[in-house]
Amino acid sequence: MVAANEKEISAEAGVKKSRVKTGENGWEAFSSTMEVFVQQLINGVTLGAVYGLIAIGYTMVFGIIGMVNFAHGDVFMISAFVALIVFMAVTAFLGMGAGVIFLALMLALLISMVVTALYSWTIERVAYRKLRGSFRLAPLISAIGMSILLMNFVQVSQGARNKPIPPIMRDTIHLFERNGFQVAISYKQVMIIVVTALLLGIFWYVVQKTPLGRAQRACEQDAKMAALLGINVDRTIAVTFIMGAALAAVAGTMFLTYYGVVHFSDGFVPGVKAFTAAVLGGIGSLPGAVLGGLLIGLIETFWSAYFSIDYKDVAAFSILAIVLIFMPQGLLGKPEVEKV
Amino acid sequence: MSNWEKDPILKVEHLTMRFGGLVAINNLSFTAGRGDITALIGPNGAGKTTVFNCITGFYKPTVGRMSLRHGHIDIDAHVEALTDTAGDSVTTPEGSLYLLERMPDFQVSARAKVARTFQNIRLFSGMTVLENLMVAQHNPLMVASNWTLGGLLGLAGFRNREKAAIETAKYWLEKTKLIDRADDPAGDLPYGDQRRLEIARAMCTEPVLLCLDEPAAGLNPKESLELNTLLRAIRDDHGTSLLLIEHDMSVVMEISDHVVVLDYGTKISDGTPDHVQNDPKVIAAYLGAEDEAEVEKIEAEVGL
Repeated sequence: MVAANEKEISAEAGVKKSRVKTGENGWEAFSSTMEVFVQQLINGVTLGAVYGLIAIGYTMVFGIIGMVNFAHGDVFMISAFVALIVFMAVTAFLGMGAGVIFLALMLALLISMVVTALYSWTIERVAYRKLRGSFRLAPLISAIGMSILLMNFVQVSQGARNKPIPPIMRDTIHLFERNGFQVAISYKQVMIIVVTALLLGIFWYVVQKTPLGRAQRACEQDAKMAALLGINVDRTIAVTFIMGAALAAVAGTMFLTYYGVVHFSDGFVPGVKAFTAAVLGGIGSLPGAVLGGLLIGLIETFWSAYFSIDYKDVAAFSILAIVLIFMPQGLLGKPEVEKV
Repeated sequence: MSNWEKDPILKVEHLTMRFGGLVAINNLSFTAGRGDITALIGPNGAGKTTVFNCITGFYKPTVGRMSLRHGHIDIDAHVEALTDTAGDSVTTPEGSLYLLERMPDFQVSARAKVARTFQNIRLFSGMTVLENLMVAQHNPLMVASNWTLGGLLGLAGFRNREKAAIETAKYWLEKTKLIDRADDPAGDLPYGDQRRLEIARAMCTEPVLLCLDEPAAGLNPKESLELNTLLRAIRDDHGTSLLLIEHDMSVVMEISDHVVVLDYGTKISDGTPDHVQNDPKVIAAYLGAEDEAEVEKIEAEVGL
């Protein structure tokens, strides 16, 4: 997370500079706050989109088998590594032209989605399926084990240092400038927001409108009954893992392009944050996961900008605690329905 | 020779189910005839629901064989050979034979075409009435959607199949008088409607054998009559054989062709409703008599 911190620090530096310049008088102070606010909003939404994409994997798996897949964060980290390898390979052969970078990113995204889905499918098959009928803690422990396994595997095979990609897409779009503070949105941010919105749309369509999505929702409510209607529950669960991993791979590729580096332990913190996002939004609820992701991203960014960057995680988790005290089912979660 | 001996659809042999030390079903054998309404009756705790759970793949029986046939394949001629193989089915030009105890739960419905309803209703209560019926048609729709790819692209083949599925769903909603509630969450329906919806959902899987666990429980007399009509229509118009567990003797005697009586997991009587009704063992089981002497005493008292 070194690069992430650098990014946040520079954002904070921008805030301080603007504070110094604007001084204390009325409108100017307010309008400068507005600029900082808009800039932080853009940064927060970008970060939130990444959290939201990961959170969907947590929330879907929890919805369908009632298990927290702790390896999901590391699946996300793997996807960033796969994207890095593909990107480096393509640019090594074809150079760093603008068209090539676009092609390399698209290929990185696609291949990362496929490979990561394969990882997730294998994990489900090897580490979770056999334990499904077992006592509740067994798959949880197995998931933690898988998380450590993936982390160590990447550490050994890819090395323990930060892996960078060459800087790409450094251009920004200047939205407006006032009092010496520029509000800008980078191409990377535009890409992240657009790709996230697009994939969420496709994903929503699959879950709501296709037979597969209906089967997933049916398994979520009563897997045994779904099986008695001829639905292959094991396969539906496997597909859920695959879909969650594919979305995590989108997040991983975005993470890589945004921060430019990836490290073998990068799955942990974003993973926990995304899980927090899923709980905040109401675990089991898809719109909840996206909303939770956006909120965690925004809380973190605004807290770093206005208060203290050191305490940003404290802020995010405190708000989670407060929300859960007053709304135990999360923001959009349904109250526990008793199964007959 | 009765229909269930001439033309069986389901043949259960030596079915035994133990839970630890408890024997829920003990060496039970019976057949259900094609086109028959077969009732499985017995006092509480007799093991009726356990039989259903074994047939539909919910439980793996401790011992026993359950063969189900499609078409006119001769069960006795093929079942031994099939049992000796590792397979769960055999298909000949006359039809197919399935060994239900060897099939995973979802295949009992998907391939052997056995559907069931539950004593305590198990609808997908958060989904709409129509969606409940669409889930029941999952397998053909999944194929038509090219495993979601075609569904995602909205290909014509998938759209047409989806329309056909909605038509099937509508047909059953008309039959069960639920068409006005199609877009309501299933959990919001009143109890009697939920019972009928469960039957409609089971029928959407196009079963050859429909197992109903106490379909009349909690229904008022009018609803009970309507249920009888519905069950007869299912049998007569759709060629689906019915196997039902029922406590309401008026329903059992009224609509069933064949009655099997269980007590403490053992079969105590098997035959036409008339035969069973007059069987002293059945009377004893229902009145709770302990031994033969007592049964005779009761028989004398009731004037048999």
